[in-house]
Amino acid sequence: MDAVEVHRHSFQRNRDWYIDQFVQHLVFLAGISAIVLIIGIFFFITKEGMAFLFGDVSMSEVFGSMFWEPSDEDAPDYGILALIAGTASVSGLAMIVAIPFSLGAAIFIAEFSSGTTREWLKVLIELLAAIPSVVWGFIGLSILNPLIIDLFDVPVGLNVLNAGLILGLMAAPIMTSIAEDALKAVPDRYREAAEAMGATRWQITFRVVLPAAKNGLLGAVLLGVGRGFGETMAVLMATGHSVNIPGSVFDSVRALTATIAAELGETARGSEHYGALFAIGIFLFVITFVINLSADLIVRGVKES
Amino acid sequence: MSKKLFENNLSTVMVLLTILTMVGSTPVFARTEIQNKGSDTLVNVAQAWAEEYGKRHADVAVAVSGGGSGTGIASMINGTVDIANSSRKMKKKEMSLAKKKGQDPLEHIVGYDALAVYTHSDNPTLSMSISQLASIYGRNDTLKSWGDLGLKIPGCQSDEIVVVSRQNNSGTYAYFKKAVLGKGKYRMGTLDMHGSKDVVDLVENTPCAIGYSGLAYATEHVKLVCIRNGNDDSCVNPSVKTASDKTYPIARPLFMYTNGQPTGQIKRYLDWILSDEGQCILSRKGYAPIKKISCSE
Repeated sequence: MDAVEVHRHSFQRNRDWYIDQFVQHLVFLAGISAIVLIIGIFFFITKEGMAFLFGDVSMSEVFGSMFWEPSDEDAPDYGILALIAGTASVSGLAMIVAIPFSLGAAIFIAEFSSGTTREWLKVLIELLAAIPSVVWGFIGLSILNPLIIDLFDVPVGLNVLNAGLILGLMAAPIMTSIAEDALKAVPDRYREAAEAMGATRWQITFRVVLPAAKNGLLGAVLLGVGRGFGETMAVLMATGHSVNIPGSVFDSVRALTATIAAELGETARGSEHYGALFAIGIFLFVITFVINLSADLIVRGVKES
Repeated sequence: MSKKLFENNLSTVMVLLTILTMVGSTPVFARTEIQNKGSDTLVNVAQAWAEEYGKRHADVAVAVSGGGSGTGIASMINGTVDIANSSRKMKKKEMSLAKKKGQDPLEHIVGYDALAVYTHSDNPTLSMSISQLASIYGRNDTLKSWGDLGLKIPGCQSDEIVVVSRQNNSGTYAYFKKAVLGKGKYRMGTLDMHGSKDVVDLVENTPCAIGYSGLAYATEHVKLVCIRNGNDDSCVNPSVKTASDKTYPIARPLFMYTNGQPTGQIKRYLDWILSDEGQCILSRKGYAPIKKISCSE
């Protein structure tokens, strides 16, 4: 009787134990899937781009030449200098547009608004962040393009200005919510202490809260820059797709991401052109990784202190 | 309530679809599908061919898509199409890559196309020589403004020539480069459009612009430039006729590539394209046929 009891007991424990193990492994797999995927993607991109990186084309040509003409039969050009200039100019202008907007919005939401106004603003900003990038590209193509032509009397409205404005508006909502988090992370006792010493609201915001949150705000800006470098569709549609070192904001350019998007589907696998596009992919991956990592480290540093 | 209704309809549709698929896949109605992909210049006529052929042969469906000659050739190399359309010859590199992957692309000329140079309807330019085009498009671009050509374009304040080109996998891009720039390359800062029609659309709306595209994409809202071979030659207007008799200097053959000697349905389709009937469709779309044909109408 006793033995049977024990046997049944241990059987039940066994079954539970298996389920337990199974679920444990499942959760573990789910947990590391993100890491496995990211490493897998990195290996895939590197594998496809390696042949080009260590191939016949020298890296000094790739990073030193402005000419991108990879489909030439006799002497293809793989210079990505103009593409880097395109991406940098568009992202740069986007930051000039987005930083005042997003920091202003974050300061207003975190420090000056309250109650329903704050909730409404936060919801609207989330909504703004949810607009797909192809819709932004469409706005650039069909609204900003004729507007820029009319306002500035330039022949073509698909240029750095157009893409920079679009990208700035796209990056602003994300930067706003991260900047707002950073401002929120400043302990209330700072504000209370300042208030006790007779500081006005402006003085509290600019002399106490902003300096205390400056790392978090920098992280927000860096994440915005990372977004700018990685954005593809809107940039493809609004830049004019022209390999060019821009002399003014009215020049058309072409971004690194847009080049991959426009050309990758149309190259033969394993060709030199295909490898060159993957090499651009590696370059982009490294840049955005470094930007996002440093942004993350900066933001994390704030939370810990 | 309305959601419920929708769900009911949805399930009906699903059932219908399933039945249709089952009917479609029964051997009695077996349809051969021919995958046809590539050149943007050829895509309109390829679609017209596929449609007409589908009407005559219910057992064959030709699926046509564009994307550019490079796309078609890349698909041929990757072995994902039956017929690749191209407005340029396959490069030696592409040929050897295809061979390495076990494909054996075979070239068929299916028509000729005049590559027209387009300007805005207010542009007073009547004719241009090949060397002038080269100075506009080439890397040692000496012609940067319309003023350099002695022209004043109404509506073009900046006077700058807005040079419209194509994405670099386009056959039109490759042919224009060879025919106009010779061994040279394109200048920086051209606007690279993703389709033949996009070039014409942009030129139509931009007084400062100049662009090139197949003649079949001409509309009444743009001007076609008359082309001189040498600086002192008389100019030739792009047309089906001048492309046929080879007097127009920038006319090119249009190709279809098959994997090896075509057989079965693909061969029958290709033979039909090259027959009088197929060639008449081509000529009606604004391209030059490969032989003398007499069409009804």
